[in-house]
Amino acid sequence: MRNFGLILDIATTHLTSKIKQTIIAALGVMFGIGTYIIMMGFMTGLNQLLDGLILNRTPHIQIYNKTDPTQIQPIQRHQDFKFNWHHIHSIKPKSRLARIHDALPLLKDLKENKKVKGATPQTTCKVFYIAGANNLNGIINGIEVSEEMRLFNFKDYIVKGDPNSLRKRKNSILLGAGIAKKLSLSVGDKLQVLGTNGVSHPLNIGGIFQSGLAEIDDAQSYVNLKMAQQLLGVGSNYITRIHVKLHNIEHALGLSKTIENIFEVKALDINTANAQFDTGSYIRTLISYTVSITLLIVAGFGIYNILNMLIYEKMDDIAILKATGFSGNDILLIFIIQALIIGLFGGIFGLILGYSISIVIDNIPFITEALPTIKTYPINYDPFFYITGISFALICTFLAGFLPALKARKIDPVEIIRGK
Amino acid sequence: MSTVLKTININKYFYDPEKFHVLKNISIELKNGEFVSIMGKSGCGKSTLLYILSTMDTQYEGTLILDHENMSLLNNTNLAKIRNEKIGFIFQFHYLLPEFTVLKNVMLPALKLGRQSEEIIKKSAFEKLEMLGVASQANKKAYKISGGQKQRVSIARALINNPKIIMADEPTGNLDSKNADNVFNILRALSLEQKMSLLVVTHDLDFAKKTDRIIKMGDGIIL
Ligand SMILES: Nc1ncnc2c1ncn2[C@@H]1O[C@H](COP(=O)(O)OP(=O)(O)O)[C@@H](O)[C@H]1O
Ligand SMILES: [Mg+2]
Repeated sequence: MRNFGLILDIATTHLTSKIKQTIIAALGVMFGIGTYIIMMGFMTGLNQLLDGLILNRTPHIQIYNKTDPTQIQPIQRHQDFKFNWHHIHSIKPKSRLARIHDALPLLKDLKENKKVKGATPQTTCKVFYIAGANNLNGIINGIEVSEEMRLFNFKDYIVKGDPNSLRKRKNSILLGAGIAKKLSLSVGDKLQVLGTNGVSHPLNIGGIFQSGLAEIDDAQSYVNLKMAQQLLGVGSNYITRIHVKLHNIEHALGLSKTIENIFEVKALDINTANAQFDTGSYIRTLISYTVSITLLIVAGFGIYNILNMLIYEKMDDIAILKATGFSGNDILLIFIIQALIIGLFGGIFGLILGYSISIVIDNIPFITEALPTIKTYPINYDPFFYITGISFALICTFLAGFLPALKARKIDPVEIIRGK
Repeated sequence: MSTVLKTININKYFYDPEKFHVLKNISIELKNGEFVSIMGKSGCGKSTLLYILSTMDTQYEGTLILDHENMSLLNNTNLAKIRNEKIGFIFQFHYLLPEFTVLKNVMLPALKLGRQSEEIIKKSAFEKLEMLGVASQANKKAYKISGGQKQRVSIARALINNPKIIMADEPTGNLDSKNADNVFNILRALSLEQKMSLLVVTHDLDFAKKTDRIIKMGDGIIL
């Protein structure tokens, strides 16, 4: 546009002559955008953290033995009663072992599957923890610790000691933090574990495990898979759970169905297991947008007011400009540019404000039992928020400036000149 | 001599507070290089006529021809272009943009026209200010200079695009007699030396007598 430099010059001269009001208007935008950046950075940071917790820790597919009643009961198979009403109540599942039938072939199959990143066997047994005069009941999981670390970030939950002690010494145990506290035990101490078969085993504490969930930390501990099988007095094919991690989480549902079809097991995929989880993320995002947009609307009204006032004060200028050959559209553009300048500066400073406060929050210590790997508040610095932030600022100020600018375009210079 | 401005049967009404026929069949003509004054008692419609002639007011009936072009056919954007290029307007009150420098005020219509580089426009604006004896004020903000100086600056602004015609609505009405004489002499000189066409509304008879021709107005009519 040929006149753009001139229009811009007039617009900025007006703004600088009313520098106080301009700054106040820009501050409104700044706080709107700043809040948006902080809210989004913090809320989605939290989302990612929780997502990470779930996704890193939770297997994409959990395989365990079926315990629900058989789908097709014997009476349904009987030809004689095919068209009769079946009056058998209170059907109970048949008694089954906790072990997965054919666990080793299944494990081998899974490890060969291209979609699978890894699969780990676990053997769970109920035990009593005994230290001195105290005892507690709980659960011990036998794991392949190096695979657990590779696939499920197991190391993050070992707050003291060394997870690799499970590999180095067969009778090492990673004790749940709650148990350790109750029995006042620490790394290096010894404790006895009494299996359900009545045999007790002396174990060395190689590390303390803390998941953040009290009911887990108060009951569960981890030992080597072989140790757990020994506690139960069973062979190496006795496996109660298989945890699968996929390369792509999207395949979880499909693969779990395939596994259930081929093997006599229950395969639970992560989406079904954590259905309620998405709702939390969604609500946090919604809150962030609601608060930010509310602030921007308030800032928008501020701009609207200030431009209206500016136009009222610059009535004479508008009349002169029109009398000397500026068109209505030139005038419109002058005021829209003023709005956009306020939006641009307010927006840029809003981004800076948001970024600075995000850094501050990012460095505030955030120590919680529930999240042992987290040391400070989580912040997401996704550039997407900064781009939407500045776009928001420009769109809002444009809308706020548009009505006053339309009014300025319509001003009749004759009325102003005659009015003197 | 060719005609620079011509009206045929211009009529205008005001509807507020009640219907009022303010201009009745106004037909006037201005030759190229003529210095014409319009006189008449207060409230007879001189300003109203001048606003129509300057194309700022488009609510009228009749024909307005400026530099051989029928203004009644143009839209607002094109009328703004005509005002920018062909008409220099001097108001009774010194209408300048207060926050801009004196020099920038003079330059603005030329910058809007965009025919010359900013450097050349700056130079010619400065020359106009020199001609009107206010060059020393060039870099002051417009609100900082005196009333007489403002009026001379607005004359410089009216001249910047070398318009076909200069229109002025009581340009001396707000000035003391010394400044009024000064302004008159400037306008006179423009007419004589630069063959500028001028149409000046005034109620100062001494002023009017010194122009080439006087158009006398009664209530909404040419006498
Ligand atoms: N906007 C308007 N609405 C109604 N009447 C008006 C308006 N402007 C001017 N008038 C009336 O029109 C007449 C002519 O006004 P004007 O052209 O300003 O007179 P002059 O400039 O000759 O003193 C006056 O009677 C004035 O009151
Ligand atoms: Mg008048």
